[in-house]
Amino acid sequence: MDNIKPRVKVPKSASAGEIITIKTLINHPMESGLRKGKDGNLIPRQIINKFTCEFNGKPVFSCELEPAISANPYIEFSAKVNEAGTFKFSWLDDDGSVYETENKIAIK
Amino acid sequence: MRNQIIAKAAAVAMTALVPGIAFAGGPVDEELVIDGEIQMITRAAPPEGHPLDEVLSGWLYRTEETRLLETDTFENPGMLEVQDGADLWNTVDGSAGKSCASCHGDAEESMAGVGASFPKWDEASNRPINVELQINKCRTEEMGAEAYKFDAPEQKALTAYVKHQSLGTPVAIDLAEGHMQSWWEKGNELYYTRTGQLNLSCASCHEQNNGNYIRADHLSQGNVNGFPTYRLKQASLVSLHNRFRGCIRDTRAEFPAAFSDELMALEVYVTWRGTGLSVETPAVRQ
Repeated sequence: MDNIKPRVKVPKSASAGEIITIKTLINHPMESGLRKGKDGNLIPRQIINKFTCEFNGKPVFSCELEPAISANPYIEFSAKVNEAGTFKFSWLDDDGSVYETENKIAIK
Repeated sequence: MRNQIIAKAAAVAMTALVPGIAFAGGPVDEELVIDGEIQMITRAAPPEGHPLDEVLSGWLYRTEETRLLETDTFENPGMLEVQDGADLWNTVDGSAGKSCASCHGDAEESMAGVGASFPKWDEASNRPINVELQINKCRTEEMGAEAYKFDAPEQKALTAYVKHQSLGTPVAIDLAEGHMQSWWEKGNELYYTRTGQLNLSCASCHEQNNGNYIRADHLSQGNVNGFPTYRLKQASLVSLHNRFRGCIRDTRAEFPAAFSDELMALEVYVTWRGTGLSVETPAVRQ
């Protein structure tokens, strides 16, 4: 899908060993596949079905999303930071698109 | 009158039957601070001639979860569309090859506080003008672009972006401009006119029964300082005239067209009723 813009809030820096809160939000209709359009036919399902977060290439958090999750899914989680590096976030769409963004974090 | 008594009796009966459940009604006693920085005015002294003792933001009538969404501009889902508005601000459109930014520069500077003073008097059209119509005026007269149709996603996004630049600024419209006073009077009359099969006026709910429930819905004073508002029900921004039409439809009346004389008069009057409240655009509501 076009015009999908993920947003992520990660602190710019943290102390070594600190547990930080990461907030993510992506604009997406999360069409459940259960609704009917004006023509009476089902609107095909199109949702974000998987979200992953990696830190320096290692998985930190991931989850599968289901059709009951509302539009514009907001995901918040925490992570322990031991070293400086890059968080990489990806959202996987039913149509095969992958929306990605990255955030760097420094050690205080 | 009979309906009111029944509604009040029902509200009393409900609270009496389920003590201890926190939906007894009335606004909460909380402060709205956005991003831990912007102190918002959600309670204001009414302007002269106002029928209520205190002007209250609709934020105070919402549940805790809904209220919290508005305290963080990251979590506020309406901000996604405000971001779209920011992109539109900088997008060239129309035969003149201009964007909003070509004339107005950085919206954070040029539009600061502007949204809090709309609707204004428009000499050229001899009627009040709101942000949506002002954007359309710029588009047709300056940019050589087509006016946005009512409730086009672009119209809602750009209006919200412009009004968001006044986040925290108290609503203050100038009724001394042009014939604003006579539009205010017309709006005042409409506000108290009962319409529809249910025979309700704006005042029936928002003046006489704010704080009570109309079935599952907690009635606020109906102030408009948060529009365009993100409504969880629609999962998108809802414009003021859409909301006006929705309310009138719910009284089972025929509803006027968006930006018609009736709804512009109502916008002038209802905006005045929220004088002193901070602009909350995009507010988050149920």
